[in-house]
Formats: sequence, C-alpha cells, structure tokens
Amino acid sequence: MKTIVIGVIGADVHAVGNKIIEYTLTKSGYNVVNIGVLSSQEDFINAAIETNADMIMVSSLYGHGEIDCRGMRDKCIESGLDKILLYVGGNIVVGKQDFAEVKKRFIEMGFNRIYPPGISIDEALKDIKTDLGE
Amino acid sequence: MANYLLIDFGSTFTKLCAVNTEEYSIIGTSSDFTTVETDINEGYQKALEKLFDKIGKQIDFEQVIACSSAAGGLKMAAIGLVKELTVEAAKRVCLGAGAKVDLVFSHHLNKSEVQQIIDKKIDIILLAGGSDGGNSESVIYNANLLGELGINIPIVFAGNKSAQDDIQDIFNKYNMNGHICENVMPSINVLNINNAREKIREIFLKQIIAAKGIKKIEQQINKVILPTPSAVLEAAKLLSEGYLEEEGLGEIVVVDIGGATTDLYSICESTKRSDVIVQGLEEPFAKRTVEGDLGMRYSAPGIVKSLSEREIKFINKDKGIDIVNEVNRRYSNVKLLPENSQDEFIDQFLAEMCAYRAMHRHVGRIQEVLTPMGKVYNQVGKDLSDVNYVIGTGGVIIKSNHQYEILRQTTNILHNPQELRPNDPNFLIDHDYIMAAMGLLSKIEPMAALKIMKKHICQIRGNQDEITK
Repeated sequence: MKTIVIGVIGADVHAVGNKIIEYTLTKSGYNVVNIGVLSSQEDFINAAIETNADMIMVSSLYGHGEIDCRGMRDKCIESGLDKILLYVGGNIVVGKQDFAEVKKRFIEMGFNRIYPPGISIDEALKDIKTDLGE
Repeated sequence: MANYLLIDFGSTFTKLCAVNTEEYSIIGTSSDFTTVETDINEGYQKALEKLFDKIGKQIDFEQVIACSSAAGGLKMAAIGLVKELTVEAAKRVCLGAGAKVDLVFSHHLNKSEVQQIIDKKIDIILLAGGSDGGNSESVIYNANLLGELGINIPIVFAGNKSAQDDIQDIFNKYNMNGHICENVMPSINVLNINNAREKIREIFLKQIIAAKGIKKIEQQINKVILPTPSAVLEAAKLLSEGYLEEEGLGEIVVVDIGGATTDLYSICESTKRSDVIVQGLEEPFAKRTVEGDLGMRYSAPGIVKSLSEREIKFINKDKGIDIVNEVNRRYSNVKLLPENSQDEFIDQFLAEMCAYRAMHRHVGRIQEVLTPMGKVYNQVGKDLSDVNYVIGTGGVIIKSNHQYEILRQTTNILHNPQELRPNDPNFLIDHDYIMAAMGLLSKIEPMAALKIMKKHICQIRGNQDEITK
C-alpha cells in the first residue's frame, strides 16, 4: 500500500478540506498519514521519513503557501527523501494571480503537481494514480 | 501481622521504611551508606540495626521488598529514526521504565556511537524507528551493525512491526540478547509505552540487578522489584488517581532533587482546553523527565556550566561567595553535608536552580498564532497550569529551611507567558522520604500505600508569611 502524508502548512487552520482529502484518499486505498493543521515543513518531512511515505500532499488555504513552501524540496533532499513526490494545492498565493505563473514558480521550487483553487480532490486523484500506480 | 519492610538501594544511601499496613502507619525509617562496591548487604545490615534501635525492638516482616538505583541505576541507550518522533518516543519509554538515558541516537548508527555504548557501560539498548508499516531500513541497518560489532547486552526492539521478523533473524544470526516488543510509535505522534516499558523492567530484574551485585541481597530479602525512579512514578500515580473509594489528590507534580540528577514527574492530561491545537508526539499521562546535568553533588558543575560569565560574577559579588569553587568542592566531595549557614545557603541556591531549570525542560509551551481566521493557540508538551499540588522530595528539599522557595521555582516566577508551569499549586513535602517505598508497597497493598502517603506527605515547614506571600 502506498503511503501519502497530508496536512495543512503554516499558520493555517483550515481543517475541512484536510478531512475531505483524508477521507477520499483512504477510500481509494492509500495509507494516509494526516498530520493536521498548523504543520511545518519539518512535520511533513519527519512523518514521511518514519512512515516511508511515497508522497507529501501540502494544503494551504490562507494565501501564504508560497512562503511556507519555500525550501521544502531542499529539506527533503537533505533528509534522504530525494524521490518523494510533492503535491500542493488550495489558495496557495496571495490574491488572484495568473495560475500559469504560479505553477511555474512552484515547479521551480521542486513541486511535482500544483493545483489551483477550486479543484476537487477527485481530479487530483487521477494524477496520484498515474504517479504512484493503482 | 502486616509489617512490611521497604528498601531503596540508592546511589549513595540505602533507605529503609518499615510500615504496618493494618494501621496504615510508618513504624520507622532509617538509612546508611549503600555498599554495592563491597557487599550491598553491609550497608543494609547497618541500616537495619539503626531501624531496630529506633523502634526499640526487633520485629519480623511479612515481606521485605526493594527498589534500586545503586551502581549507576539502570543505564540505557535510546535509538530511533527522527529526533522529534521515534527518538523522543524511545527516550520517554526508557524514562518511564525508571532508566537513566545516557545515550540518544537517531538515524543510522556509526561505529563511534556503538563504541560509546560499550564505553558508557550501557545496561539495555532500546532500538526503535519507523511507524508500523513505515521505514524498516534504518532499524535493520542498526540491528545489523550492533550484531556485527559484537554487542551482547540486552537489546529491546520496539520499532516498525513490519521489521520484526528481519530483526529476529539478525538477533539469531549474531546470537544477540534480543527482545521483540510492540512499536513505541505505531503511527505518527502516537505513543505506546507500556509493552516496551514492561519488557525493560523484566530485563532489569532478571539480568541487570544480578550484573550489578544487587542480586546478592535477595538471600536476605524477598526481592528487588523495580528501579527506584519507577517506584516513585508508581507512587505519584497512585497518589494522584486514588484507589477504590479512597480519593487521590488529582493532578500533581513531584520534584526530586538528588545528588546526581533532578527528576520531575507530572501526573496529568496534556491539556484540558478545547481552544488549543496540540502538536507533536503524544504526551504520557504519567511523565518523568530526568536532568543528568542538574544535581546537588555529582552534577553540581552542570548548574554553573549553564550560567554566563557575567551571571557568575554577579552571584559571587552579590552573595560574597565563589560559586565555581563551591560547586567544585561539592563535586569532589559528594558526601559533603552543610556545616554552616554559608553551605546551607549555597545548597539552597543550587536546589532552586535545579528546580527552575528542570521544570523549564519538563513543561509544555504555548504560542499564540495569528491566522487570517483569528488568534489560535498552538501547544507543544504538557500543560501543567491547573496542577493541584507540587510535591517536593529528596534530601535537599526535605532538609531545607526554605522549602517554599525551592518548590516555588517550579511555578511561573519569571512570568513567561509561553511556559505552561503550575499556576497556583499547593506545596507539599515528602517529609519522611517515603515515596519510593510507597511505590513498592503500592504493588502489594495499594490502599495502605495511598493512606500512608496522604497522612505523611504534608504541608511545608517554615514561615507562614513566606508561604502565603
């Protein structure tokens, strides 16, 4: 069974989407490790090491995701998680910005999949299945 | 007849406590030096003579049981994967079992770390790492390395369940003294103490006390059943929770300042508030922490080491003493007893430092986080603000003329809003030094142990003005 660490990064306490993601991924047959709200990059990485996770899925709803996610790929590499998949989604930047630009910035930061606001987890699930296998 | 003799073979003193469990009374207490280097029996016999002298006659005991922290106590190495997770979980299991955690390692071990395990004469290794179904590579690597380097002290494996078979094969291959237990952290941030703790206690009884020359005493007494800190933890739990219809004291903190370490025990939930988000590894309801660098004699230099040059100068000038010299004097003569008011003053000062610092490391912290959704509270560690009682034990507190001043150091005297120290606790003192003994008794006669503690652990001595200040 593939393991996915999920949580809400930074000073963000939006718990509802987090629960929906947990429910959907668990139902789809993944081992979901939910570290909850107010999580730091280190919390995600530590949980991924201990659980031997295949993917980290970061949620951010409050607009400061870009600052919170900076340097996360580097920390993963330092921690021996070079191959781990990094997903991010939600309202990840301040205000309304051109999503193509936003996506480019997050790809440069080392994220594998980036989702704009309003995307349901079911859509991301297709990518997860592609990336991790059924 | 319901007379029991309870013994605590400490690192310095062998302490005896005779109780009558029908009258819920202490018949007498006595102590003498622990003589584990020669024959542990010598010190015990001397203490026993003193006890009979005090009582005025020889009496028979239904059972004689003991706890021990002699010959260095139970020395353990805690190994895990990530510092904040399985390393911390492993450490907490060792402390809960009454051990001293001399070494803590994370990720892959290296040869010099294994050499430290040998050099420090570690008694038991706790090997953890990986949640169940998670990382197993690290524990397998570490078990292999310990095997290759010929480590034959007991190893308790309490890591990823999925690695158990591989670990057992490694134990067999290298003919190691290995024991398999439940994972200390079965999933992220969940702590599972009991199974591994019981295994450690079992190994302590079967193997460690024999190796330390403590087993000899079992011809004289019934048996040694616990490491001393573990007995104190049992006593604290009983005193807090109560037994059957006899009520306990509710949430408590116990401070034990000794020659080599300062131990803190807290018996309470990690939080009762619904408006905080608790983060990090789950906290044990009965939590013990040990500070190996805070103590009155062996570890006195540790207290001064943590002070800045300026603070030392200030203390020396303000109090007219040479604190570095005084600390070294205590370190080189660990049996030193205060001879004059200046000695007493310095011991008082050191004890206050120990209490303050030990609580600083034990207590949880809270942070206000401003989010777009308003203010939220983020808590790590245990919230002790509503603790009912802070109880002092250990020679320096019991003998102090200013007990209140020492125990007060556990509260928020510096008004740091982040530290969740006890807000307004009552202070009690274990005047007769009976907590370890009552922890032992709780294993046979919990009701008697509880009633005796409630009778004998009482209000602090001293100036009422000072107390109500």
